[in-house]
Amino acid sequence: MSVELEPVIGLEIHVQLATATKMFCGCELGFGEPPNTRTCPVCIGLPGALPVVNARAIHFGLMIGLALGCELAPRSIFHRKNYFYPDLPKGYQISQYDEPLCRGGSLAGVRIHRVHLEEDAAKLIHIGSSGRIHGSQLSVVDFNRGGTPLVEIVTEPDLHSPAQAREWLELLRATLRALGVSDVNMDEGSLRADANVSLRPRGSTALGTKTELKNMNSFRFLERGVAAEIERQRAIIEAGAEVVQETLHFDPGSGAITSLRSKEEAQDYRYFPEPDLVPIATTDAMLEAARAAMPELPAARAERLERDLGLGAERAHQLAFRVELGDFYERALACGGADPVALANWVGGELVARTADGDPAASLVTPAALSALVAMVSGHSLSGTAAREVLDVLVAQGGDPETVAAERGLGALDDDTGLAAIVARVIAEDPAAAEKVRAGNPKAIGALVGPIMRETRGRADGAEVTRLIRDALGLEAIEGQAP
Amino acid sequence: MIEREEVRHVARLARLALSDEEVDRMAVELAGVLDHIATIEQLDLDAVEPTSHVVAVENALRADVPQPSLARDLVLASAPAVADDGFAVPSPQA
Amino acid sequence: MSEILSLSAAGAAKAVASGELDARELFETYRARAAADQLNAFVWVAEAVPPAVEGPLGGVPLAVKDLFCTEGVPSQSGSRILEGYRPPYTATVVERLAAQGAPLLGKTNQDEFAMGSSTENSAFGPVHNPWDRGRVPGGSSGGSAAAVAARLAPWALGTDTGGSIRQPAALCGIVGLKPTYGAVSRYGMIAFASSLDQAGPLTRDVTDAALLYSKMVGARDPRDSTSLDFPGAIELPVRADLAGVRIGVPAELSGEGIEPGVLEAFEATLELARTLGASVEPCALPHAPHALAAYYVLAPAEASSNLARFDGVRYGYRSSDADDLIGMYTRTRHDGFGAEVKRRIMLGTYALSSGYYDAYYGRAQRVRTKIAEDFSAGFERFDFIATPTAPGVAFELGAKTSDPLAMYLNDFCTVPMSLAGIPAISIPCGLAEPPGGGRALPVGFQLAGPAFSENVLLGAAFALEQALAFDGSVPDDA
Repeated sequence: MSVELEPVIGLEIHVQLATATKMFCGCELGFGEPPNTRTCPVCIGLPGALPVVNARAIHFGLMIGLALGCELAPRSIFHRKNYFYPDLPKGYQISQYDEPLCRGGSLAGVRIHRVHLEEDAAKLIHIGSSGRIHGSQLSVVDFNRGGTPLVEIVTEPDLHSPAQAREWLELLRATLRALGVSDVNMDEGSLRADANVSLRPRGSTALGTKTELKNMNSFRFLERGVAAEIERQRAIIEAGAEVVQETLHFDPGSGAITSLRSKEEAQDYRYFPEPDLVPIATTDAMLEAARAAMPELPAARAERLERDLGLGAERAHQLAFRVELGDFYERALACGGADPVALANWVGGELVARTADGDPAASLVTPAALSALVAMVSGHSLSGTAAREVLDVLVAQGGDPETVAAERGLGALDDDTGLAAIVARVIAEDPAAAEKVRAGNPKAIGALVGPIMRETRGRADGAEVTRLIRDALGLEAIEGQAP
Repeated sequence: MIEREEVRHVARLARLALSDEEVDRMAVELAGVLDHIATIEQLDLDAVEPTSHVVAVENALRADVPQPSLARDLVLASAPAVADDGFAVPSPQA
Repeated sequence: MSEILSLSAAGAAKAVASGELDARELFETYRARAAADQLNAFVWVAEAVPPAVEGPLGGVPLAVKDLFCTEGVPSQSGSRILEGYRPPYTATVVERLAAQGAPLLGKTNQDEFAMGSSTENSAFGPVHNPWDRGRVPGGSSGGSAAAVAARLAPWALGTDTGGSIRQPAALCGIVGLKPTYGAVSRYGMIAFASSLDQAGPLTRDVTDAALLYSKMVGARDPRDSTSLDFPGAIELPVRADLAGVRIGVPAELSGEGIEPGVLEAFEATLELARTLGASVEPCALPHAPHALAAYYVLAPAEASSNLARFDGVRYGYRSSDADDLIGMYTRTRHDGFGAEVKRRIMLGTYALSSGYYDAYYGRAQRVRTKIAEDFSAGFERFDFIATPTAPGVAFELGAKTSDPLAMYLNDFCTVPMSLAGIPAISIPCGLAEPPGGGRALPVGFQLAGPAFSENVLLGAAFALEQALAFDGSVPDDA
């Protein structure tokens, strides 16, 4: 007897805030700085040092709360989370416990449990065997990252598949990116996600034992890790055994799931209110400032692109939820000259295909150049095929489309003698095809268009070629025929 | 009374090495103090708010403006062990 | 030279300002005495006379408790785990006082991490009471108190968490003031219990305390989130009598558990207050008997967390006995911390641990609320609350070290004010024989007032002090 099992997934996300300084001290945040050059008595936990809250971190926290539709606490406090680890200089992390900054809320149907502020740990680098310390292995601590402001976002277990978890996380990322509160870059560690995974019989409302999958550092690994864990739990349950609550690590290379913490190390964090800090009372001024700083969020942007610019739902969604693309698109649109729908297709299709991670900033093409390119195609001064070649050049080297097209001789062939001559010759070389076209066979024209396009190396405008063929065969031009 | 196992557990949480003799002595000393502290168990405190902050101050915030960090040689000056410009410790994985 | 020593700090400051006294000579006089200290009051003494700093504090040198970070100078909080540690920065309060003309004379000995009432918990040996060298000076600011009483320093900085300024002041026959919590910056003070620790003056007389304190408070310190702007300035006291002053005396803190000699001196002082025009009536503090219990949950709990940073990773002592990380932590902390500190870390960790938080920490926080409410109610009817500062005179070295609870009981009159965050001052009010007989030793009289009442508190203390005319000179054969 086999009961159908449903995955239940919750996410715990850590976001490094894009403030100028750390959460509790004025050390400047950076990336890739020489070790231990961005520290002070506070963030290395020297005796006598005291924390002071970064006002901008609160501001960003409130903006995140607004974006997620949370209840913003009128009063919130910090707590100490006590444990020992070399990357934790005070022997406790200043975090929030039962009085967090924000509670409740939801995003795309997934409920948010809470949003709170805390400080990031330092970086521990394992440097392997050395002759020192009696031959045991060494780790080295770099405190530059220690104290970076973090927002922790915890969802309710409302996700039910690895793909859904990934998509939701991508949506969250887009939202946070739009807010400008974080770089949310998984490669650089400014976005980190843990997943809580359990299984239960479909239709049941009780929750099964959950495991925690930690620190999956890409969207793909998250999806694969969660999928692997679901399978692992399924196998256990179907064999009649019980899932053990534990913290796990997914190795994307081998696909293996291993335990991170032994059971003996059950942590007792001994939370108590942080006596070195005073409560945060969310004032009207703070709320106003957070509201005023809210940009257009992805869902609203998608709606606007559909409604005001006539984009299709899928294309609008794509551009709205990939913030860099959407920004590029709207800047290109603002240059004028290009049809919104055509431009959207070029940005969301051709440009994405040519840029790493679909980020136009990873290339040299400018919004103005792309806008001009699209206008050229619409105006038939460049064929679609030629335009794609021009875009390759623009992406790799920059520049403007007119110049690039001219340099490579890619301008549309529209001189009647040149093209008309080619059309006449091709028709003469394939009388059978010509006959079929005259007879009204709609597909036959392809046999003539093909050779013409090849000979002109795609420079001819398809619609123009069709017109010339029909003209040469004495047929009327067909209205609205696609090239 | 406080059990030996409990003392060992608390010592583990506090990262204090205690010999068997120290565990026993600690059990007795802690028990004495805990007995005295137990007087607060009798009080009726249900309707009382806990004081977590004595000062009636809120929103002690700092502008997000960079301040100079400490020079690295000062940072590492008191370090018991240094490697690769950082604080060297036995590896947690070891 | 003895003329210099006979000057109070305020007197010396005036003499320097008028040109009668050379600031360098003043510093060198005290520096030499501190360097020749036989009481073990100092753990570090300045090696040279610093360049003169003009300021209202007149260049009068200041002894500073070991736990205040002083850049480049040992700051060890009386502990082996920080032996020789020299911080890269200076505590705000020390910086402010130095800028106002009080240069650093030396660092004084203390109970380890400010945990203790006798200074016997110092890793650097106990301090001897100048009134009787076989006895303790009190704690945890025992070094600062002994230094001032023995005229090894004109004035000193100490810290008070449960009585650690007031009690040693009482046992050494000098003045000690614990401020309103938040009035003085804690930035750079090696922490014991964050919600209780406060820096304060230990001085020969009330005027000196007012002078030093006036430069310790003012604008809040942006580096200490719990620090406050002090409303108004601290004035030098001038009050001659106590007409119209209402003094409340809690039976809970002035009867049972107090040595007869201390009680006698206390009652005599209350009588004196009446002759000065004060009214003295009973004032109940119903939760005061539970203050010690609450304190011995809250303070160790906060301390257990504050002391977690002493792990051998970034500074201080690291044990070489272990190869693995856990071993490094546990052996470092075993070797580096003394017995009392380990006891309190264990107590605090226990009180915060899973399953015990509500019974201990949660309840203690509520007891704290009730104690603060008791004082507020008291201050509706009284201007000040008076108690003996300590339950007894200075006890013999070693007399209470085998019973932690007996040691903790030294604090029962001072802890309630710490929990409520209100200011309190101890002034010497007479001498009393210890229970076993022998030379009479100083008794302290404590006055507590509402938050930010330091000006009137100092005024009332001054009036009493003038009337008491206590001779603070330590006997020559002590």
